[in-house]
Amino acid sequence: MDFATVIQLLDSTIRSATPLLLACLAGLYSERSGIFDIGLEGKMLAAAFFSAAVAFLSGSAWIGLAAGIGSSVALALVHALASINFRGNQLISGVAINFLAAGMTVLVAQAWFSQGGRTPSLVGSARFAPIKLPFADQVAEVPIFGPIYAELLSGHSIPVYITLALVPLTWWVLHRSRFGLRLRAVGDAPEAVDTAGVSVIRLRYSAVIICGVLCGIAGAYMATGLQANFTKDMTANRGFIALAALIFAKWRPWHALMTCLLFGFLFAIETRFQKIDLFGVTLPLQFVQALPYVLTVVILAGFVGRAVPPRAGGQPYVKEQ
Amino acid sequence: MQKMPAWADAVLVPMISLLLAAILSALVIISIGEDPVAAFRLMVDGALMRSAGWGYTLYYATNFMFTGLAVAVAFHARMFNIGGEGQAMLGGLGVALACLYIPWPHWSVALIGTSLAAMLFGAAWALIPAWLQAKRGSHIVITTIMFNFIAATLLNYLLVNVLRPKGAMDPATARFPETTNLPTFRDMFSTADTVLFRGTPANVSFFIAVFACFLVWLLIWRTRLGYELRAFGQSEPAALYAGIAPARITIIALLISGALAGLMAVNTTQGEAERLILNSTEGAGFIGIAVALMGRSHPLGVFIAAILFGFLYQGGAELALWTTIPRELIVVIQALVILFTGALDNMVRMPLERLFLALRRRES
Repeated sequence: MDFATVIQLLDSTIRSATPLLLACLAGLYSERSGIFDIGLEGKMLAAAFFSAAVAFLSGSAWIGLAAGIGSSVALALVHALASINFRGNQLISGVAINFLAAGMTVLVAQAWFSQGGRTPSLVGSARFAPIKLPFADQVAEVPIFGPIYAELLSGHSIPVYITLALVPLTWWVLHRSRFGLRLRAVGDAPEAVDTAGVSVIRLRYSAVIICGVLCGIAGAYMATGLQANFTKDMTANRGFIALAALIFAKWRPWHALMTCLLFGFLFAIETRFQKIDLFGVTLPLQFVQALPYVLTVVILAGFVGRAVPPRAGGQPYVKEQ
Repeated sequence: MQKMPAWADAVLVPMISLLLAAILSALVIISIGEDPVAAFRLMVDGALMRSAGWGYTLYYATNFMFTGLAVAVAFHARMFNIGGEGQAMLGGLGVALACLYIPWPHWSVALIGTSLAAMLFGAAWALIPAWLQAKRGSHIVITTIMFNFIAATLLNYLLVNVLRPKGAMDPATARFPETTNLPTFRDMFSTADTVLFRGTPANVSFFIAVFACFLVWLLIWRTRLGYELRAFGQSEPAALYAGIAPARITIIALLISGALAGLMAVNTTQGEAERLILNSTEGAGFIGIAVALMGRSHPLGVFIAAILFGFLYQGGAELALWTTIPRELIVVIQALVILFTGALDNMVRMPLERLFLALRRRES
């Protein structure tokens, strides 16, 4: 494998990792506040459709992004209503949201565009175009560093850079801000937060809404950045892989970045190669496809480090009378 | 003191939830510019008014009974087995291997053999998540989701690289030998002058599903194991004090659940396709969640809910055939049923409980 191939592979890694990382950070906020969310997939899918549809109708990727975030937050609010106010089962609510998005997107796409559950192709400003980082052209000729900067780091669309910036931001919010301290506390010991006079409900709502916003960006990036339209089930289980990545990263932002890059790398390999030769053994492609899931089970089993979820995760909080 | 009479809890709450889901579904149909009354009439016509419609409705219902029971048994032990899809896929593998490699003399013997294979493979696929939940505390929901994906890739690999006959293009096994083909409703119920259930896939495994409903009822409410299962589901510490081993009951509950999900494959793989194809489960494992929630995890409830979902599936296919409403409408209805009967259960329950309390106070 030569250097150019490696650069291309890593470039594709960053693109595949972006929606994963967004969804993973989305889940991180929600689960750190004690709300399990297996509806990441559904929120991404809804956002993918509404961003593509509105971007097509308005001709602006940014208005599309806003619509995508809006639809994702709406689903997040349903989840919040069910799991915070009505103390419903958070997992069941997540399952319902996934199905709701899978069905509604195709139904509405058919009603609006009559193209068999797709949106028309987006062109021009309806998509997030790649942007060139400063001096990318000038340094492109420099050996090693040139291609890394000009091809690997430069030339992605804006959501990719926003996503990368979100990792340190999330770390800062979670570990250095008052909101983050309370958020972590409400996921571990909501009764303590309540005793301190801070509203558990408001904190959890904020976390679930942040989760909705990030899933919205993830879906919008898939439909208006990576691809140029919405197609049925286009998120292709990325929401679940993000969930796997979240566990793999043990609910921590920097680890989430690393895990999503790893899983993105697996995606990149999967799309580029037909089979993989490793140390003289030929691995079937399906093995690479299954790897994120298998790794997650291994981590969950606690044989390689232990993944301990937030202590109050999944339990509705009932205020003491 | 009971807040609500038992009948209200078992019938009234799910009915109101269902009504809410139906109203929202109607609004969805209106919002995409179609007529909900006409759509419903078309669904009833296509699914219930002809024997051919029933042939499909009951075929789908068979699948949903198995997967619904699978979810229900786990629910009784307060566990959420979301892996019915993967367990049913592996059940299909068991059925296919049994059909292809064992020379069965007659379909009835084959049916026993393939049912056992389906249960064995389904249960085996539930074993690792079950063991991890029981011994290592790994959350069953996440592990079974992962195992669904692993099952899909495993089956993809086996069908493309191993089981596909030489020269065949599509990823599927060879056709099963004729001695394994199950009698369909058409074979069973048609008389010399009237052909009933023409060209429909409903087959003898429907009766296995009904029998499974009865067996699960027996298990849950009439056996020691069922009692332990429910006790464990109600309160783990209490069960522990009563001498019930949590790890043992967790594993047993999920093995039964996996076996039931696996059994679904007898219907789809041996009964209908007569070979193992990719995506033979078609999401039935997930519909089991809706069925179990709607049926309140009671076998009779599961039976009724499965027939209702069978009707929705066949009716949805008819809609897609005759109107511009896509099949995904059913997915939306399914989502609304799960949302209202599952996650938003308290939204209906809380006001009803208050109502019944107020009524009782006035009486006394």
